[in-house]
Amino acid sequence: MKSDNSPAIEVTGLTKRYAEVIAVNDISFQVDHGELFGFLGPNGAGKTTTINMLTGLARLDAGRIKISGIDCTRNPKAAQHLTGIVPDESNLYPELTGFDNLCFCAALYGIRKSERQQRAQELLESFGLNDAAHRKFAGYSKGMKRKLTFAAGIIHQPPILFLDEPTTGIDVGSARQVRQIIADLHRKGTTIFLTTHYIEEAERLCERIAFIVDGRIVRTDRTVDLLKPVKGKNVLLLSISNTGANLSKEISSAFPEYQFQSTASGQIRVESVEPVNVGPLIRFLEEQGLQVTEARRHLPSLEDIFVQVTGIEAGLMIREKEKAGGGGNQ
Amino acid sequence: MKRWIAFSNIFAKDMRAYYLKPPNVSWGIIFPLAWTGMFFIRSGMGIESVLDLLPGVVTISILFGTTSLLSVTLTFERRNRSFERLLLAPISLEVLMLAKTSGAILFGVVNAFVPIVIAAFLTDMSGIAWSLVVPAIILIGIVSTFLGLFISVSASEVFEAQTFSNFFRFPMIFLCGLFFPVLSLPIFVRWLSYILPVTYGVDILHGAVNGEHIMSFTLDFAILGAFCIVLFLLSLLNIKRRWII
Repeated sequence: MKSDNSPAIEVTGLTKRYAEVIAVNDISFQVDHGELFGFLGPNGAGKTTTINMLTGLARLDAGRIKISGIDCTRNPKAAQHLTGIVPDESNLYPELTGFDNLCFCAALYGIRKSERQQRAQELLESFGLNDAAHRKFAGYSKGMKRKLTFAAGIIHQPPILFLDEPTTGIDVGSARQVRQIIADLHRKGTTIFLTTHYIEEAERLCERIAFIVDGRIVRTDRTVDLLKPVKGKNVLLLSISNTGANLSKEISSAFPEYQFQSTASGQIRVESVEPVNVGPLIRFLEEQGLQVTEARRHLPSLEDIFVQVTGIEAGLMIREKEKAGGGGNQ
Repeated sequence: MKRWIAFSNIFAKDMRAYYLKPPNVSWGIIFPLAWTGMFFIRSGMGIESVLDLLPGVVTISILFGTTSLLSVTLTFERRNRSFERLLLAPISLEVLMLAKTSGAILFGVVNAFVPIVIAAFLTDMSGIAWSLVVPAIILIGIVSTFLGLFISVSASEVFEAQTFSNFFRFPMIFLCGLFFPVLSLPIFVRWLSYILPVTYGVDILHGAVNGEHIMSFTLDFAILGAFCIVLFLLSLLNIKRRWII
């Protein structure tokens, strides 16, 4: 499948404009064979546009795409036999049954009848859709539609798989099942390019992550390296009911071993290498006239890095997606 | 082989999902039946006029049979994004669109034989040159389908596709010599007849059924073939330009 030692996906200077809007702005990255690469960003960041260009559904205005060493810049069809796509919205045939949809998708890749029927049966079983196999796709629930769309994307066993927001808008159980399948595929050596706006999902699944904001990649790194700055840190979040005067100077001079930061949601974030001694800190704040209503230990995660790098709050990103009709499952 | 598997399955899926659905089968039978009945009765010329009307009724059945369904199904598939699945498959756009249009062509050809079967019960058809009629019907089916394809790839919505189709189809009834000879049309509209592909198909049918035709059969077939190629290539170009943005 591989042509020489080239990466599974190699993108250079990719750019896409829609009239005046630059949807994707001069992005470059590469994904190695067998790697699970995450593309993390808010709604409208350019994730789907990037996938569409990589799979041949959108023309690029500038840049170069190579899939397994095959230059697809001018001919997107050249590497379609190597790729599978699970789009952000189900795009199967409503009038066909689940089983027929899978068989049809396999046939598009030239798989013979007996083999495609066997694969369809196996996938329906592994996705827990056996009972609905002979029901029309139009009658499936949202979660079932998502799972069947996923199955359709992998029925031809592609070595490179593009997943566009695979768990958006489905229930918790289905999302967990989909994540398990992604992990299994990765373990078996499939190269996976995953776009998501769920930071936790990216952190849990991806080996390497690119943060994309307003069509630009603002950072690409290995997940472990991204997490290094917050690894081993102790973070305490204090909720204050009467935020009044700015006391950051006083607090910092009273507790020089801690780092303090006010969050957008009105909390005080206390960061320290050593565990935070909660009692004296709360007493001090109360002496300053503040009422501490909650003190919560926070486990630093990729979300902290994402907020730091992009300036975008993760919660806001999920709310935006929900507003756009994506739903949520986290 | 892989290409053939993909082609045959797209064709079979479309036949099952669209063309062989009871409403479409009944449309395929009732529509030509209604046209046939209407023209034969309205002509007032008796049974002997059946062969005069046959080329027009056959053509109208093909034209409406092919364009009606294709323009709706393609626009519908594009709207619900299932057409993307086909675009993502490792088959060339040419093969893909040939597979998508084969069902419509077959549907149109089958529709064409409804008035022929009716006519067989009403008149003597032994004088008809079938070696010309059959390829002409197939070519009219192809050219009408590609015309429908060209219209549907230019539309974004199903209603748009239907409106555009009617914009082309109804003038063709009057301009392409289906029921009024092209030569009897006012000279200032006659040029329109010659830029419409169906004119050449109808000319072959008139020649094969009644022996009256304006151009040589070779020229008719050549022009029809050229229209098929041009319309197909223009449609592909439009898909690349409008659907892969």
